[in-house]
Amino acid sequence: MAEPVTAVPPVSAGKRPFWTEQKRSRLTAYTFISPFFILFAIFGLYPIFFTIYLSFFKWDALGPMKYVGFKNYDLVTSDPLFWTSFTNTLIMGLMGTIPQLIIALQLAVMLNSAMTRFKKSFRVLFFMPNITSIVAVTLVFSTMFGNNGMINWLLNQMGMESMAFNSGWWGVKIAISTMVMWRWTGYNAIIFLSGLQSIPLDLYEAARIDGANRRQQLAYITLPLLKPFIVFVTLISTIGSLQLFTEPYVYLGQSGTGSTRQEGITMVTYLYSEAFRNGFFGTAAATAVMLFIITIVFSMINMWVTGRMEGDAGGGKA
Amino acid sequence: MSSNTWTTSSKAPGDAGIVSKVLFYLLLIIGALVSVFPFYWMFVVATNDRGAVFHIPPMLTIGTEFFHNFQRVLERTDFFQALLNSLFVSSMVTISVVFFCTLAGYAFAKFEFPFKNALFYFVIATLFVPSQLSVLPTYIIMAKLHWIDTYRALIVPAMVNAFGIFWMRQYAATAVHSELIESGRIDGGGHFRIFWSIAVPVITPAMATLGILNFMNVWNDFFWPLVVLKNSEHFTIQIALQQLFSNRDGLDYGMIMSATFTATLPLLIVFLLFSRWVIAGLTSGAVKS
Repeated sequence: MAEPVTAVPPVSAGKRPFWTEQKRSRLTAYTFISPFFILFAIFGLYPIFFTIYLSFFKWDALGPMKYVGFKNYDLVTSDPLFWTSFTNTLIMGLMGTIPQLIIALQLAVMLNSAMTRFKKSFRVLFFMPNITSIVAVTLVFSTMFGNNGMINWLLNQMGMESMAFNSGWWGVKIAISTMVMWRWTGYNAIIFLSGLQSIPLDLYEAARIDGANRRQQLAYITLPLLKPFIVFVTLISTIGSLQLFTEPYVYLGQSGTGSTRQEGITMVTYLYSEAFRNGFFGTAAATAVMLFIITIVFSMINMWVTGRMEGDAGGGKA
Repeated sequence: MSSNTWTTSSKAPGDAGIVSKVLFYLLLIIGALVSVFPFYWMFVVATNDRGAVFHIPPMLTIGTEFFHNFQRVLERTDFFQALLNSLFVSSMVTISVVFFCTLAGYAFAKFEFPFKNALFYFVIATLFVPSQLSVLPTYIIMAKLHWIDTYRALIVPAMVNAFGIFWMRQYAATAVHSELIESGRIDGGGHFRIFWSIAVPVITPAMATLGILNFMNVWNDFFWPLVVLKNSEHFTIQIALQQLFSNRDGLDYGMIMSATFTATLPLLIVFLLFSRWVIAGLTSGAVKS
């Protein structure tokens, strides 16, 4: 493509040598990719810097802006509700993500096994939850998690006490984590499956000849080669769980207006209500910046942990 | 359970014991049931009277009250208006996303230009920026433009996205042959004409996948429409559903589920018809890493 065919610009008006094939194709390429960069500049890049700028001002989105230095950050970090939202986000993130990834890996290994028939049908069925909207998922699960709902009936059948899934501190978190898990486990299983399918079978063959048992094959072939996929899935799940909003907002908002009740408030719910309920755009911006920093920190911890995984892959972490 | 399935995996069908084989399928079937049951349950609640949700033991049979329940949806919201609104917004965004992402993906795959790789990595990096970071200023921009409570606020920022560019680039890189483009140039075709008549026909499958995925995403979107839309006439289907979930006269789950089911059904049909493409598209994000 890059071959500068000398002076064959058939459609150009003036055939000055300045307008070469190479220049023309570069200009075309820049034009083709420009919509993304223009749109990102307006609705991505500028807003990010403006959010950082805004976090140092007091502003209700209407009146004049007033510079307050780090006061917004002080206000947010001294608000107990923010810390509630922070711990809620972490607890629900852990409860939703860790079992989800373990089950997903398990399902993927089973689907990948030579024994499994109907692989394609299972894949479609496991994937179905992911196409449902979060609002729909939340509404369906709220029918199951009612005080006299199906889940409590199941618990009673198994000889356990009913749980207050729509008001208890743990009950709400369990209900919300379940919704998150239901929607994402199958999706992650399919990603792990595509990872498993990329591992060449003759590696296992060779290991078997060398006398490696199944556990060793798992530890020295499957997990190391699956590592990029595990890193990817954990990273995406972590980022996603830090941005949890719709499930708690809809689940706890039985007034039709959404809710910021304490049992399920997350960092994004906090941000949303600061800005669009209370009109405190400054503190909301400070929350957004802190959310971003927390996201980066957790992504890095994540990479570090999954990076170390190789060393002790034979252990309990599967 | 863990060690058992690990050990049976990658064994040939013949040498697995019958017990482990049964256990193996049992687990897979339980997984499938858990995935599918909420859809069935949605339909059960939607077709029974409003007390059915809390029936003990849980009611699992399909009833005949669907239209009665749905009647009450129509009394409370303009359900079909919301469906049409969602259809409109999702279609506009999808057409635009497919067009611009294909164009950009094709350029990244088939053209040589300075800073190409850096620009492409930049596109990928934007995928990892949480959208909450830009919500407030974007809202302010929309207010300045007087776009609050209009569909422009939903459509314009979503007109092209990084995932779409990545996806189209991957496909165009192998599917479109450079010789075809060169011979098109020698025959005097303009770059856009070559794109349109040579590249596009070859990469249609990838465009279709991107279209379906994008449509589903926009259809299911909740946060941004919630922020921007004010007037109930403009609500998308997700906001309309959320509004139904109201305590006003006791939660009427028959009504809520009949609406939820009706709103989920179109996507479910699209997914079941095109499941192979959808799954390929949604998992492609992992392949790059």
